[in-house]
Amino acid sequence: MNVYVNSYVVVFVFLCLGILLPIVALTAGRFLRPHAPNAAKQTTYESGLDPFHDSRVQFNVRYYIFALLFVIFDVETVFLYPWAVAFEKLGAFALIEMLIFVVMLLIGLVYAWKKKVLKWM
Amino acid sequence: MMMEQLLQSTPSWTNVAIFFAIGVGLLLVVLGFVTYGILAERKVMGFMQGRIGPNQVGGRWGLLQTVADVLKLLLKEDTIPKAADRPLFILAPVIAFAPAFMVLAALPFTDALQFADIGVGLLYYIAVSGLTTIGVVTGAWASNNKYALLGGMRAAAQMISYEVPLVMSVIGVILLSGSLNLNDIVEAQKDVWFIVVQPIGFLVFLVAAVAELNRTPFDLPEAESELVAGFHVEYSGFRWAFFMLAEYVYFFAMAALTTVLFLGGWHPLPFLGFIPGAVWFALKFSVVVFLFIWFRITFPRVRADQLMEFGWKVLLPVALVNIFVTALVKQLFF
Repeated sequence: MNVYVNSYVVVFVFLCLGILLPIVALTAGRFLRPHAPNAAKQTTYESGLDPFHDSRVQFNVRYYIFALLFVIFDVETVFLYPWAVAFEKLGAFALIEMLIFVVMLLIGLVYAWKKKVLKWM
Repeated sequence: MMMEQLLQSTPSWTNVAIFFAIGVGLLLVVLGFVTYGILAERKVMGFMQGRIGPNQVGGRWGLLQTVADVLKLLLKEDTIPKAADRPLFILAPVIAFAPAFMVLAALPFTDALQFADIGVGLLYYIAVSGLTTIGVVTGAWASNNKYALLGGMRAAAQMISYEVPLVMSVIGVILLSGSLNLNDIVEAQKDVWFIVVQPIGFLVFLVAAVAELNRTPFDLPEAESELVAGFHVEYSGFRWAFFMLAEYVYFFAMAALTTVLFLGGWHPLPFLGFIPGAVWFALKFSVVVFLFIWFRITFPRVRADQLMEFGWKVLLPVALVNIFVTALVKQLFF
């Protein structure tokens, strides 16, 4: 129990350090670096052109579909991990069950494949 | 040993202070690795391409080159574009960097030199390392720059596409060791390293790891020649440095994780047990680092469409087959 709590204390300490380092470094940098902003410096970079409209436009729906696929297969791994850990106790029956589960998801992957969703333009 | 005692003691503020001191120590070691890892990369790249590499600052070997580069970055003016979303722009490098350092907490370097002993260590690594994608997308979005947004979207698509095979490829290792704890996984490799019994898992892991690290041949998110610099076009000075730092800290973490999962961690080769575990770990770690640098020089960058199709159509099915072959072999013969 102590190991459990202490381990996550370590994780929390590492999180704090991970946030502190950028804060400390950027604050220290503030006293060292020059500060001379002007309008030209603060324009958005666009290979020498003046930026002509907001860049946050609608993006290709393809990205969304990849995100959906990712969610499906990442959730699959959430099921696969405990299965793999406990496999020794579960035995052959669990192996067949998991095979059926994965094959069902694979049908989805094959469907996406045939629908040419996995093709990147 | 000291760390083990600390972990078993009752949690207290003294412990927090000691962990903090140890964490600062590791942070310095990692910063040292990043400094000399970058130098080593430039030197090795130089030699492989018939050049000399850095040789001006800090003697013949350019030993102070990266230090000078970091100091230069510290003195650079910090420009935030007017059109950018200021709070998010400032926050993004922190979101990208903090998880990179957090994952190191779970990695065991030797049986004595390790930090948190987490039961689900491997899952923790994978879950936390995924958070960096959010930092990348935040930075890209906040920059309000077309190149940055494109680079950020690409980076996100690539990172999530290759996370799936990465996660699947280690399931063979979990099946064989029966644990997610990285200490148990190293212990299970006392006699045979998992690279021997899981060669396919190792290959899938290695390819997916290079893609997760955004390194050549999968460095599309930062492709200089087409996207200028990808998601960090608008970043300058130390804010930019933190994106780079996160990348190299992951380089460190991924090389260490590969050593732990497939190369037997600190276990020695047969008959060479008199060499201490720390040296073994360092050797294996260095081999993995060298391999990643070698990849960078050898392979040309893949095209965006090849990249996505390779991940989903080749690596994912291969990783799934590997899981079931491993499970079947384990079921039948062990």
